Amino acid sequence: MNDAPRDDKTYWLDDKRNVDKIWYGLLAVCALLFAADAFYHKHVHFGAESWFGFYGVYGFVACVFLVLAARVLRRMLIRPEDYYDKADD
Amino acid sequence: MIEHIPPGVILIAGAVLVPLLRNPAVRNAYMLLLPLVGLWGLTQMAPGTHWAFEAFGYRLAPVRVDQLSLIFGYIFHIAAALSIVYAFHIRDAVQQVAGLVYAGAAIGGAFAGDLITLFVYWEGTAVSSVFLIWASRNNAALRSGMRYVIIHVGSGVLLLAGAMLHYRATGSVAFDKMTLSGLGPTLILIAFGIKAAFPLLHNWLQDAYPNATVTGTVFLSAFTTKLAIYALARGFPGLDMLIWVGAAMTAFPIFYAVIENDLRRVLAYSLNNQLGFMVVGVGIGTEMSLNGTAAHAFSHILYKALLFMSMGAVLFRTGTCKGSELGGLYKTMPWTAGFCIVGAASISAFPLFSGFISKSLIITAAADGGHWIVWMVLLFASAGVFHHSGIKIPYFAFFQHDSGKRPKEAPFNMLVAMGITAFLCIAIGVLPGPLYAILPYQVNFEPYTTTHVITQLQLLIFSALAFGFLMRTGLYPPELRSVNLDFDWFYRRPAIMIAHAFRDAGSRTQIGFMTGLQRQVKWLIAVTFRHHGPEGVLARTWQTGSTVLWVAVLLVLYLIFYFV
Repeated sequence: MNDAPRDDKTYWLDDKRNVDKIWYGLLAVCALLFAADAFYHKHVHFGAESWFGFYGVYGFVACVFLVLAARVLRRMLIRPEDYYDKADD
Repeated sequence: MIEHIPPGVILIAGAVLVPLLRNPAVRNAYMLLLPLVGLWGLTQMAPGTHWAFEAFGYRLAPVRVDQLSLIFGYIFHIAAALSIVYAFHIRDAVQQVAGLVYAGAAIGGAFAGDLITLFVYWEGTAVSSVFLIWASRNNAALRSGMRYVIIHVGSGVLLLAGAMLHYRATGSVAFDKMTLSGLGPTLILIAFGIKAAFPLLHNWLQDAYPNATVTGTVFLSAFTTKLAIYALARGFPGLDMLIWVGAAMTAFPIFYAVIENDLRRVLAYSLNNQLGFMVVGVGIGTEMSLNGTAAHAFSHILYKALLFMSMGAVLFRTGTCKGSELGGLYKTMPWTAGFCIVGAASISAFPLFSGFISKSLIITAAADGGHWIVWMVLLFASAGVFHHSGIKIPYFAFFQHDSGKRPKEAPFNMLVAMGITAFLCIAIGVLPGPLYAILPYQVNFEPYTTTHVITQLQLLIFSALAFGFLMRTGLYPPELRSVNLDFDWFYRRPAIMIAHAFRDAGSRTQIGFMTGLQRQVKWLIAVTFRHHGPEGVLARTWQTGSTVLWVAVLLVLYLIFYFV
């Protein structure tokens, strides 16, 4: 519905190589942020926080765990889209 | 003069005139004026104002103004105004009246000084907001709205029952800090918990919000749950149990958000997760954490509205909000995509965005209190929220693979509403001072320290790294057309099956009873027929001879008996 006239313009992101550029850029930013821990004094509440790169490692591990756990969860919980439509009748 | 009108009443009373204004432009202008006048009225009210009178033996306080109620009052008015601008294209008086009454009831609730007044507004939000769901005018919305209104009216009934028991125990219906002793406060806490979407009491939220209209969801996202957060902060600050309830709330919905396909439902799950942070703040109960709860509610209402607005625009233009059917929309909806990213950055608490300066108050308060497990959970939830709301929402709607859809950019009024909301999200993040100034307590917190900025960026950028890693390795679960079972299964499947079983058993019993009865009646008829029917023993026409014989026999028997 309401489709604008189709344009066949190619966008910067249409090129796979540019998506790769973003990915490598992200890797570079991660490396810089990880290294940043060497250059300032961290004010911490808990011992673990002062470990080198704690927040980065924690964020990465947390998200991988989140997604992998959700995959397992989905296997148990997934139902067809009209699952409740049948029950509600 | 305006300071003598209770907050919220301007919107509720003003809603009555809406259907009478036929000209759409006039109606829109009038509707926008109501929250703006209400907001101005609030600025005229001095903290400490307390109106009270006796009625039916209760001491009622319809208006109580202090710093805590004011900050919720301000943001409710702002949210109402933004939602109205977003809905300027709507010509449906039902939604317009419902939206205004709903916002007004939430505002009134935030200023209620006693539990009975709170109850009235509490039910007011329930019965008005359900029309924003029903206004979708389809079967799913009708059923979902029915579940929603039953649950919320139920919450109100618990609140009233709790208030009465509390009155019998204490002799007062004043709405102040309560201790959790006895049945009264327990019922009140459950009532608040239902509306705040506590774990296992939460499913009405993910059920109803994605079924509401495009504009209705934006209204809904602002008021109901935040009124409940206000009520918790007012009634149960420092209740330890809430720390754990809140921590569970931050973590548990995000697993669902990862695998959910309907992007408005993903947002409903992340809304639930954000409420968890606020509940933790209430549970810790220090000045800093309560400030955090109020500040986070304020910034949350804005960025959550912004995210729902952007997904609403996508739904409005493409007719779907499912991740499996979207992708590549940035090409023709660049403004909506941009505003969505601002909302995503805000909910993820990126430095310079609103979530950063409000959520950190709560997390720091948890760390200050030495709650290290809770602190770890909040950090996990913070990474997770970036993952599923910050990246997933914009990525699946506007980027990923090209769906081939080329919708028009969102209508102008939607873009204006999103633009103003996005501006506020950034303004609060860049200049937290004005927000900190209206918090309930004095703020002694500096969000922009080197440690805080760097550690937060590490947490978030490495979460993005995890997303990229999982995507590129194909481990990330794809968006599938599906529903995922959640706790509402219990009342949507077994409860229905039990109800149906009762119905069926009932009808079987009835059928059994009826056939039994029928059999009896048939037997009776048959017996009667046998004896009295045309061929029956007692209805036969007997021959005269045999009759004489029988009479003679009877006479002989009579004689014998007589002489014996």
